Amino acid sequence: MPTNPLTWMIFLPLLGAAVILCLPRDNHSLVKWTALAFTIPALLLAIAIYQGFDRTTAQMQYVTKIPWIPSFNIEYFVGIDGLSVTMVLLTALIAPICVLASWEIDKAPKAYFALFLVLIAAMMGVFCALDFFLFFVFWEVMLLPMYFLIGIWGGPRREYAAIKFFLYTMVGSVLMLIAMLALYFHNDPHTFDLLKLAEARSTYSSTFQSLAWLALFVGFAIKIPAFPFHTWLPDAHVEAPTAISVILAGVLLKMGTYGILRVNFPILPEGTLRYAFWLLAALGTWNIVYGALCAMAQKDLKKLIAYSSISHMGYVMFGMASLTAEGIDGAVLQMFNHGTVTAMLFLLVGVIYDRAHHRNIDGFGGLASIMPVYTAWVALAFFAAMGLPGLSAFISEVLVLLGGWRNYPGLTAVAASAVVLTAGYMLWAMQRVYLGKPNEKYLSLPDINRREIATLVPLGIIVIVLGVYPHAILDLIDTSLQHLNGTVLAAGKAAGAVASAASGVAAH
Amino acid sequence: MTNPILVDYLRWIVLAPLLGAAINGLAGAWLQKRVGRHAVTAVALLPIGIAFALAVKGFLQLLSIEPEQRFLLDSVSKWMHIGHLKVDMAFWLDPLSSMMTLVITGIGGLIHLYSVGYMSEEPSYWRYFTYLNLFTAAMLTLVLGDSLLTMFVGWEGVGLCSYALIGFWHREWANASAGSKAFITNRVGDFGFVLGMFGLFWALDRTGQGTVVFRELAQRVHLLDGQTIAGLAAATFVTLMMFVGATGKSAQIPLYVWLPDAMAGPTPVSALIHAATMVTAGVYMICRLNFLFDMAPTTLHVVAAIGTLTAFFAATIGVAQWDIKKVLAYSTVSQLGFMFIAMGVGAYTTGVFHLFTHAFFKACLFLGSGSVIHALHHEQDMRHMGGLKKYMPITFWTFLLSTLALCGIPPFAGFFSKDEILWKAFSSPLGSPVLWAIGTLTAGFTAFYMFRQVFLVFYGEYRGSPGGHGHGHDDHGDDHGHATTAHDDGHGHGGHHGDPHESPALMTIPLVILALGAVLTGFLNVPGALGGHHVFDQWLAPVIAKAAHGEGHGAHGAPAAVARGHGVEAAVEHEAKVLEHDLETVEHDVEDATWEYLLMAVSVTVAFGGILLAWLMYRRKSLDPSTFSEAWSGGPYRAVYNKYWIDELYDATVIRGTLALSNLLATFDRVVVDGIVNGAGWVVRQVSALEGAFDRGVVDGLVNLVGSTSLALGNRARALQTGHIYSYLYAIVIGVVVVMFARLL
Amino acid sequence: MEIGLNHYLVVGLLVFLAGVFTVLTRRNAIGVLMGVELVLNSANINYIAFSRFGTGGLEGQIFSIFVIMLAAAEAAIGLAIVLGIYRKFQTIDVEEVDSLRG
Repeated sequence: MPTNPLTWMIFLPLLGAAVILCLPRDNHSLVKWTALAFTIPALLLAIAIYQGFDRTTAQMQYVTKIPWIPSFNIEYFVGIDGLSVTMVLLTALIAPICVLASWEIDKAPKAYFALFLVLIAAMMGVFCALDFFLFFVFWEVMLLPMYFLIGIWGGPRREYAAIKFFLYTMVGSVLMLIAMLALYFHNDPHTFDLLKLAEARSTYSSTFQSLAWLALFVGFAIKIPAFPFHTWLPDAHVEAPTAISVILAGVLLKMGTYGILRVNFPILPEGTLRYAFWLLAALGTWNIVYGALCAMAQKDLKKLIAYSSISHMGYVMFGMASLTAEGIDGAVLQMFNHGTVTAMLFLLVGVIYDRAHHRNIDGFGGLASIMPVYTAWVALAFFAAMGLPGLSAFISEVLVLLGGWRNYPGLTAVAASAVVLTAGYMLWAMQRVYLGKPNEKYLSLPDINRREIATLVPLGIIVIVLGVYPHAILDLIDTSLQHLNGTVLAAGKAAGAVASAASGVAAH
Repeated sequence: MTNPILVDYLRWIVLAPLLGAAINGLAGAWLQKRVGRHAVTAVALLPIGIAFALAVKGFLQLLSIEPEQRFLLDSVSKWMHIGHLKVDMAFWLDPLSSMMTLVITGIGGLIHLYSVGYMSEEPSYWRYFTYLNLFTAAMLTLVLGDSLLTMFVGWEGVGLCSYALIGFWHREWANASAGSKAFITNRVGDFGFVLGMFGLFWALDRTGQGTVVFRELAQRVHLLDGQTIAGLAAATFVTLMMFVGATGKSAQIPLYVWLPDAMAGPTPVSALIHAATMVTAGVYMICRLNFLFDMAPTTLHVVAAIGTLTAFFAATIGVAQWDIKKVLAYSTVSQLGFMFIAMGVGAYTTGVFHLFTHAFFKACLFLGSGSVIHALHHEQDMRHMGGLKKYMPITFWTFLLSTLALCGIPPFAGFFSKDEILWKAFSSPLGSPVLWAIGTLTAGFTAFYMFRQVFLVFYGEYRGSPGGHGHGHDDHGDDHGHATTAHDDGHGHGGHHGDPHESPALMTIPLVILALGAVLTGFLNVPGALGGHHVFDQWLAPVIAKAAHGEGHGAHGAPAAVARGHGVEAAVEHEAKVLEHDLETVEHDVEDATWEYLLMAVSVTVAFGGILLAWLMYRRKSLDPSTFSEAWSGGPYRAVYNKYWIDELYDATVIRGTLALSNLLATFDRVVVDGIVNGAGWVVRQVSALEGAFDRGVVDGLVNLVGSTSLALGNRARALQTGHIYSYLYAIVIGVVVVMFARLL
Repeated sequence: MEIGLNHYLVVGLLVFLAGVFTVLTRRNAIGVLMGVELVLNSANINYIAFSRFGTGGLEGQIFSIFVIMLAAAEAAIGLAIVLGIYRKFQTIDVEEVDSLRG
């Protein structure tokens, strides 16, 4: 029996998927409860990890290392540090919530939940893997269930959205594969071990760093999604069922930024310094403003939130580009916060979509009078998304912008202007959908039910608690991220690249 | 301010209202339905009482210690300790925040009490008090927060509550719009605030001393000397950005537009948020950061200029309004302008004193107007009022006293505070006679529009119909929005239809107390020229970097700030300076007394002139208002009446511009970015189609030739395929036999 | 008279012919299967005869055991197919089952 909780967390969902495949097809509730039963242990393990995690070290913890394909020196190598622990927690948290949110699925629930559990396993694997090959395998495994989940259970244009998502990600994967193989063959003995690859960082030539960095970046940027690789996201969100939107925005997008921090930062620090300004800071700022402005023009509530995701993920890019303690901590905290807040937003849109069967912002009106409890939840989620103080996203956005100011004051000013735009589109949408005279058509809509509230309560509590006491997460991540940041800066100094970075900074 | 005295009760000043809001927010609906409104009332009012009691406790504790040591700190927990940033959830009480806390909990408590009467028939009673308590908690956080970041929590928190309360009757589209407008405009200000905070932090961090905690900032600001941000001196940049924040929150040009619209909220809300507390946050913040603003004379000039302009323009707009609350709203904007004039000339305590007195008389005016509106069943147009003096004596007398205070008639509170500002605007080294002249003219306008209001509302004959409601509501979005639904609210005053009536005691008692404040609070800061001792100024003196009434001294506080940077000796030195200033002040007062008397006389005369004009036009009616409104073919009047078309201008430029840009980008996203993606897909498909054609035509052609030949042959051969097993077996047997015979042969 | 190899071969041949005849003439699918069994058994007789009279090794007997096993499997599968045919065509008459006709 494996003793590493991470192994359990990765393979329990897979086991669950296998079990579900053996269940009778017509017993829907058995399938659902089984799916729930296989996601809860991961959550409990995540809580245990949260308790037991050593916050004082930047070393990998909960490590398991077993040879997998010895002839190619490929290992089953998992472990977590401060960077991945938040993502593991987030995945473990979102999974049962998504199962609950999928409770009403009645089109082939057996296949749905089996695929869903495979998806969860793959994402968990991505966040735990420390062997690049293993990472890549999980990364690719994640694609297939996602493709089917959107393509079968999605909205009217589901095939288009699913194929778009699939092709986009495949393009990224190809580039990532090339970079991965380049790194593999560059080292002698050949290895996929991310830690060993990072230790050898000084042996990579400057050109090699640039090329590998760019290839990896494009692969990850598609997942974030960074402009101009973002157009799959609105389509995928609009077509995907609620729970899949939640997992997509809540966890999947973080794989992109996580990848950059896990692979690009420690292994290719020189490349990181070289491109931090243009491809992380400037592009991140552009993401923030562009996403916000696009969101303002949307007529579909889900599309609006999809664009707001693009905007909010821009903060993550901007924060990590700052290369300051505040910015990089803020970036990872923002990854976590965005996961919880956007999950709430998508769940809430799902609630109204289940009742009214459309999401047209102008097609509602006055829902606050009809569904007061629901509207209160919407208000909480919207205000959290706006980064209101006392709620979690405020902390991360302030940290990101504060950190960003040190090296990029001009960009920070542009990025901070999004606080106005965000308030603009959020309140404008809120006003059109929830305020004003109640729409005659929807006077009889039932308010939010207990199951739906149950999916929101844990997220709501986290959003408030982290707003008041952000150190609940910051303590987890700080040591590892400072180590990471120090690695990048030190490597930059050693390579003499600091001159160019500094000049880039001074110029802005 | 070196050794804070650690206490642990300050947190409850904030937490009590917050808990009240939490209980009412989660269980208020249930309480109201099952237990009754009084339960909601108790949950809402008790925490305010507790907060007020603790505020008094804090005040008394401060009084009991040496002026220079007046500084209580309550550190609750760590909040953000990342990198160089160290911010705690901590509350502090010094003379300034103590004064503000007393105002917020005291006047706030009265307004809570008043609301019990005013909102008594509101179906969402619990929701109202949830917001009101939450607002109080946020405002107290703003005031008590010990760092810029904790202050910012309150800063945005009050914006949120203001949004919720303006749009309280959210069924009315106009109310919801007004709420959004207020929030978004405030966000523009917050943007400035945030940038100022970042700039300040990193500029200090360059010297290894980054901080956003006020008490550390006060000691470290001198490190900003010689630093630049964006081409400006660091202090100038930071203060300008902070001032942008202040213009948003305190409704100054160019971000004042939200405040008049904010009158859509319930009237007690206007009194609490949009007169007494929230809108003064900008003034409070500048006073809090006075050591920083002292280093940036450029910013101070901007502050004074904006304050003066705002005061004047808002006053002119107030002249032509018909909505009883809009007049008061523009008056508030104008009075806030006065406070900023005081800030801009470096007379921080004077500005805060005006904030203090203004909180009393403007809250009283708003509550009085609320009383009128309540009595007239939500009629707000002054053209449908009149003669209410005899129906509502208490409301009338309190309203009149507060009006006199606002107009600056001695010996009411406004006289002392406003005249002090005008005097400082004239005499301070940062001031100028121009500021004084415009300020005095504005005071005249103020007196005119306030007495116009008094005469229109309380004198003459009642112009509304006895039934009293439902008419003249043509275009007022401010009307009660619930009448259309099943709730029997607002209009359902049982037997009260008929003549207007005085409001219940719950509403008049707060009016009387506030009116007393409007009469008496001025005596807290009687200037030396009138034989006083500036008690209020002295109370705030420890907060102010350079003694505020030390006008003869250079405005450039940098040397003083440098001296302040070094702990205990700095404090001692500082105290010595204060004493020195006090002595000099006395001399100056004697020297300038003549001037001061003269200017005082002028401003009082101007105020009386305004009152006289209003009397002639609206009481004696010997002057026709139309002679003014039609002067210069009505141009100036139209401009004023339409509020200089500022709303329309913003709508046409900023709002439409942003929306157009957003639509453009969204189209760009859909057509170009996504177009490229889909285009790439299309190209690939076309190429594969071409390839497919070649494949089919040539490669497949050959294959098909082979295939079709085989097919033709097979067609012949298919006859052999009978599908019967035995026929195949016969074939086998025959074959075997043939082979055998062939062997034999 | 000594029973020799030829006797066995003749018996084998007779069984073989009987099998072939059964396969060719029966219209009942089960009958056809029985015929196939006879053919296989005739092969068994020949194997054992050659083993006994021929080289003297055990190969023939081993092969015959294989064949028996094979016959059993073939019978099982054959019967399953017949059942399937019956389900599909409601008959086991091989003349009426001619879906494969070209």
